[in-house]
Amino acid sequence: MSSPTLTTAPTTPTRIGRAPTPGRSERALGWARRAPLMPALIFMIIVTQLPFVATLVISFTQWNALSPQNRKFTGLSNYATVLTDPMLRKAVLTTVELTLAVVVVSLLLGLGLALLLDRKFKGRGIVRTMLITPFLIVPVASALLWKHAMYNATYGVINGVLNWVWQLFGSHNAPQPDWVSKVPLMSIEASLVWQWTPFMMLILLAGLQSRQMDAVEAATVDGAGPFQVFRYLTLPHLRRYLELAALLGCVYVVQNFDAVFTLTSGGLGTGNLPYTIYQTFYEAHDYGQASAEGVVVVIASIIVATLALRTVSSLLSEEAGR
Amino acid sequence: MSAATMTPAAARAASAAGSRPGKRRTGVVWSVVAWVVGVLFVLPALWMLLTSFHSEQAAATNPPSLAAPLTLQGYREFFGAGGGLSPWPPLLNSLTASVMSTLLVLALAIPAAYALSIKPVKKWSDVMFFFLSTKMLPAVAGLLPIYLIAENIHMLDNIWLLVILYTSMNLPIAVWMMRSFLAEVPVEMLEAASIDGAGLPTVLTRIVAPVAMPGIAATALISFIFSWNELLFARVLTGVVAGTSPVFLTGFVTSQGLFLAKVCAAAVCISLPVLIAGFAAQDKLVQGLSLGAVK
Repeated sequence: MSSPTLTTAPTTPTRIGRAPTPGRSERALGWARRAPLMPALIFMIIVTQLPFVATLVISFTQWNALSPQNRKFTGLSNYATVLTDPMLRKAVLTTVELTLAVVVVSLLLGLGLALLLDRKFKGRGIVRTMLITPFLIVPVASALLWKHAMYNATYGVINGVLNWVWQLFGSHNAPQPDWVSKVPLMSIEASLVWQWTPFMMLILLAGLQSRQMDAVEAATVDGAGPFQVFRYLTLPHLRRYLELAALLGCVYVVQNFDAVFTLTSGGLGTGNLPYTIYQTFYEAHDYGQASAEGVVVVIASIIVATLALRTVSSLLSEEAGR
Repeated sequence: MSAATMTPAAARAASAAGSRPGKRRTGVVWSVVAWVVGVLFVLPALWMLLTSFHSEQAAATNPPSLAAPLTLQGYREFFGAGGGLSPWPPLLNSLTASVMSTLLVLALAIPAAYALSIKPVKKWSDVMFFFLSTKMLPAVAGLLPIYLIAENIHMLDNIWLLVILYTSMNLPIAVWMMRSFLAEVPVEMLEAASIDGAGLPTVLTRIVAPVAMPGIAATALISFIFSWNELLFARVLTGVVAGTSPVFLTGFVTSQGLFLAKVCAAAVCISLPVLIAGFAAQDKLVQGLSLGAVK
């Protein structure tokens, strides 16, 4: 057996190191193997799993920190509230809309950019560096940049450029919309697309560069045009990279808090689920309901995550099969 | 480079710049398009940088004044010249949380990755997926119990709480990344070493470490970036003492008169460590972000 594979556990591990000596029992060997793993595993179980158990328990209680004496078991009533509250339903829709818009647009832009960068040209390294810069700005800083320096109605640069262009043509009444209050969700989406396009571009570029070039050359020699090469060779190869990029993008963007918090503070119909849970817990102090919301979000993410894991595992098995 | 040993990329470049003039012209067009798009993407960041060096009056003009004289006033204001809050405590808090959690991540992830790739435990892929699944669950759902526990053991507004949480946030990424790097250690060499009677320390220092070093560096940089960027936990679990840089930045959410240059200076200063770490890790960035699935 040469390299680890993704299929179930390797049966008899006769790899490297000394072969099991007869004196040492199989069990002790197993624990020796497990020992380096244990600290990380135990740490993760304590820090990430126990809180979720607590969330589950609290979600069945009525518990508002503002009236702690009224704390009691209420069964599923928090869930009934969560599933019937129109504000929360709105938050679900907002989350879906925000996530889909950001992931789809940045994925398409990222694909275009990856195709542009897959060619050799002067300054390719510089262009690549410029393109990943948005991803390397602290998310809160980026949201502040968009809110104040870009979108602001009086001194934002978008309206500034509009004014400048209009003045170029001798007009003084350029449109000066207040972007964040006029198109709040789209403002958030645009700023997130700016941040996430580099991420998509990087994954897709790695995908493009892992293509087998001899097939492309053979097709070109056989007279295939660039579109046909893209449609029948590049796209099928990229499919799983596209899936991976989309799913990882979903996992990260669904959880977005920074942009919503900074740009609109969840106002004007932009409160997504993370922000709403934050609000229920941190501002309304309704611990029971915040927990029920949390559990619902966890269940929803498990569904998305299962899809994501399947994609990652298919990439892994390909790697192992090399 | 001789023609016989051309890499596929070089071959493509050669054919793109090929003999036919029409093809060469389209090649130039696409290069120009790439440059234009690249500049467009970086433009907001450059605008932020330029504005941070303008005076507040010049920063607030409409249309924008590109050629206004440069000044360090915004930076002076950010560092507390105007009597505002000093950014040093939050910067130091961010540094503590990011560096300490990164060290802890490496200390936990490297042995774990070893036990998942080089000498794999039984059911190692189940363990891998357990780590990954913790990353897919929304952190916000665990926020409340963590808050309650921290309140009980008097750890609220304590930077070490964030160190622990950021470690749990980055450990799955680090385990996945490190495993994908350690999987590159040639098995034949390990087998040969063990036949020659090399002990574990020799194997680790002579064979594993050279292959794993770039991976460890990339893992550390990515872990640092994610810790430095985090806002939600820091905002809820810290206050005046342990507040981090992103929490400090939220002080600029509501407009306060002429303050654009100061905001931009703050955004530049606080993003600088991430930009440096990110450009340093550039080649391995995608591998880290995709949890080691893409090379």
